[in-house]
Amino acid sequence: MRAKPVIAPILSTVAALAAVLVVPPLIGSGADDGPGSQVRGLRVMVPNSPGGGYDVTARTAAKAMEEGELARNVEVFNLPGAGGTVGLGRLVSERGNDKLVMSMGLGVVGSVHTNSSPSSLQDTTPIAKLIEEPDIVVVARDSPYRTVADLVEAWRGNPGAVPVGGGSSPGGPDHLAAMLFAKGAGLTPKSVNYVPFDGGGELLASVLGGKVAFGVSGVGESRDQIEAGELRVLAVTSAERVDGIDGPTLTESGVDVEFTNWRGIVAPPGISDEDQDRLVELFTALQGTEQWRDALERNGWTRAFQTGDEFGQFLADQNDQVAAVLTELGL
Amino acid sequence: MDSLTQLIDGFGTALTPTNLLLAAIGVLLGTFIGVLPGIGPAMAVALLLPVTYGLEPIAAMIMFAGIYYGGMFGGSTTSILLNTPGESSSVVTAIEGNQMAKRGRGSQALAAAAIGHFVGAMIGTTALVLLAPVVAGLAVDLGAPDYFAVMILAFVAVTSVLGRSRVRGFASLLIGLTIGLVGLDEMTGQSRLTFGSLQLADGIDVVIVAVGLFAVGESLWVASRLRHQPGEPIPVGRPWLGSEDLRRTWKPWLRGPLIGFPFGAIPAGGAEIPTFLSYATEKRLSRHRDEFGSGAIEGVAGPESTASASASGTLVTMLTLGLPTTATAAVMLAAFQQYGIQPGPLLFERESALVWGLIASLFVGTVLLLVLNLPMAPVWSKLLRIPRPYLYAGILFFASVGAYAVSGQVVDLLVLFVIGLLGFAMRRYGLPVLPAVLGVILGPAAEQQMRRALQLSDGSLSGLVNTAFSVTVYLVVAVVLLWPLLRRFLPRRRAAEPAGA
Repeated sequence: MRAKPVIAPILSTVAALAAVLVVPPLIGSGADDGPGSQVRGLRVMVPNSPGGGYDVTARTAAKAMEEGELARNVEVFNLPGAGGTVGLGRLVSERGNDKLVMSMGLGVVGSVHTNSSPSSLQDTTPIAKLIEEPDIVVVARDSPYRTVADLVEAWRGNPGAVPVGGGSSPGGPDHLAAMLFAKGAGLTPKSVNYVPFDGGGELLASVLGGKVAFGVSGVGESRDQIEAGELRVLAVTSAERVDGIDGPTLTESGVDVEFTNWRGIVAPPGISDEDQDRLVELFTALQGTEQWRDALERNGWTRAFQTGDEFGQFLADQNDQVAAVLTELGL
Repeated sequence: MDSLTQLIDGFGTALTPTNLLLAAIGVLLGTFIGVLPGIGPAMAVALLLPVTYGLEPIAAMIMFAGIYYGGMFGGSTTSILLNTPGESSSVVTAIEGNQMAKRGRGSQALAAAAIGHFVGAMIGTTALVLLAPVVAGLAVDLGAPDYFAVMILAFVAVTSVLGRSRVRGFASLLIGLTIGLVGLDEMTGQSRLTFGSLQLADGIDVVIVAVGLFAVGESLWVASRLRHQPGEPIPVGRPWLGSEDLRRTWKPWLRGPLIGFPFGAIPAGGAEIPTFLSYATEKRLSRHRDEFGSGAIEGVAGPESTASASASGTLVTMLTLGLPTTATAAVMLAAFQQYGIQPGPLLFERESALVWGLIASLFVGTVLLLVLNLPMAPVWSKLLRIPRPYLYAGILFFASVGAYAVSGQVVDLLVLFVIGLLGFAMRRYGLPVLPAVLGVILGPAAEQQMRRALQLSDGSLSGLVNTAFSVTVYLVVAVVLLWPLLRRFLPRRRAAEPAGA
């Protein structure tokens, strides 16, 4: 009837461990703003699972802030769901919380539409756009397509037989890039045979194995395969060529399209102007740290710093653009 | 052999006292975190990422390897003892493992799992050393039609776990398939059965379904029976594996990696489907088939060995191609990138010391895991001596913490309890719960691969059978299905078997 004495300690150890390990990421570390100019106790929400783009950006920024002694105890936590809109909903509901920001990007703009999310990015306080990352159009080494012109010709001839793979679900960056490319090449987006894959990894495998005719993905995910000669880049989607990637821009290849994926930081609504300024300052200071500059180079990210209202305007423009493309597709 | 000398150098790196200590800490931390349901190895690595910031890349990697293997193993401990799988790779272990625990053979189940993990990881890591480039090349050749064919094979294998009543088994499978439908359709972005809730848009995590059906459902069931049959505490038997156990487990241990390693290496692999296939295989091959469902040790040994070998397989694609095929691999990839290391085709050349150090530390971590956990098995299994009301209260608490920890949302708790009630109702009306869990695992995966295959072939049905691999698998499926029929026409070796055996 009675528990042996051994058991209670084990159970309580496990329970204590559970408390220690589970609770801190979920409950805020509270207001422990000490003296000095360092920001303390900032929490960065990643509306995506660990290992994804927003996650890497957030963790890289947090690490650079700590090493650059701009902030202390920056905590990154994940609240994944519905392409980032679950996290967005949470952020919007944390009205006035000046210790919370969210790492986000173009994908969230699309998800707001495809998921009919009740909260939108217009409800948040814009802080800063941090980076841009162009997409690339890639094919396997032994693909018959040597140039964008080859590809477009085949694509126009029979869109269904030229499946294009992307690492995001409909409404996500790779999907938008593929659709804009198609539009620029004179195809109706609805005729495009877009095959969504679960993240960049599965997509790359399909491109390498020749399962899809070509892939549209972020530069960073495939840099190594390109260097090893297993993938060929037909074009980059940005306005300018990308360092270290041997490929023309789409515009140079005769398809008048410019597209870049981007990531940035937003804060909850209803925070005071001083708090907004303080966060903007923090991320401005981040730009100056050596750690951040190293990280940009290492990940192949382009610096695209923009803050406050300017960033807010950018968000609104992006929202309109995405809405236009998705409406045309009937999503 | 070039790679062998490099591996020996790698051992030199991994076996320094500091790195050995880090590996041990990693294994312990991983085991403790893995014990918590809802926090799988991916979350464990992500949570502990900051801990390693101050370390050298190689030391950090060694610690991750420990956390990874520890986390995988920790999940099976709760599966066996509390019927509460810690992550999806240990769902299958709960089936036989928990039955064993209830019959006083918890220690044996834990030991079979620990050694299974050891064997699986040893063979898997050896295969990683010897076969990585070959396997990686083959893995990329597989596509959607091939995956779909394997899913069909898995569905055929489901029939072996339907239980005595086929009708009830299929009803349960359909319940699982329905739960699997919840969420956004990946191909078109339409929402299905989400009732307008964003929290349901990503579907219901298979861990929540398994914990709900297994742990919560059973706690409610036990609670409803307590007044009728005052429970005796669960007996705790001998602590070690007997020779009979060893005779029954060594083959499943060795067979596990055959199934697990290739699955881990393919981009749409993971550990759920191979562990289940291993279970079905062991059941078919076992001489104690009647014990399955009531605590057959083969049903623990096989899947556990499979799960850890599939973890090694995952590393093949991650290290050689830079493709993360599971959530944990994605986190490890992110960790690599923190140190400016880009896994991919060039990694073995550029960072060979690091890679071989990591591989050596996988061996070391595996040994440490066994050494640390095998003696713990009898201690853990004493947990079951707690009187039932408290034990099940504890299980409910654990299950709830786990469900909440997955993403910190109250909705997940509600989903858990609704599924728990469903599990209770299924027990009440004699529906087996396992087919439902398999439905949740297989349904969405099969749907996605089939639709992807059809999309790649622009809607032509031939897209499902246009590879040699898929045709081969379908032939196997046909043979398995038609076997009872074929056997009737084959010359009989002995007189009719006794009817109704």
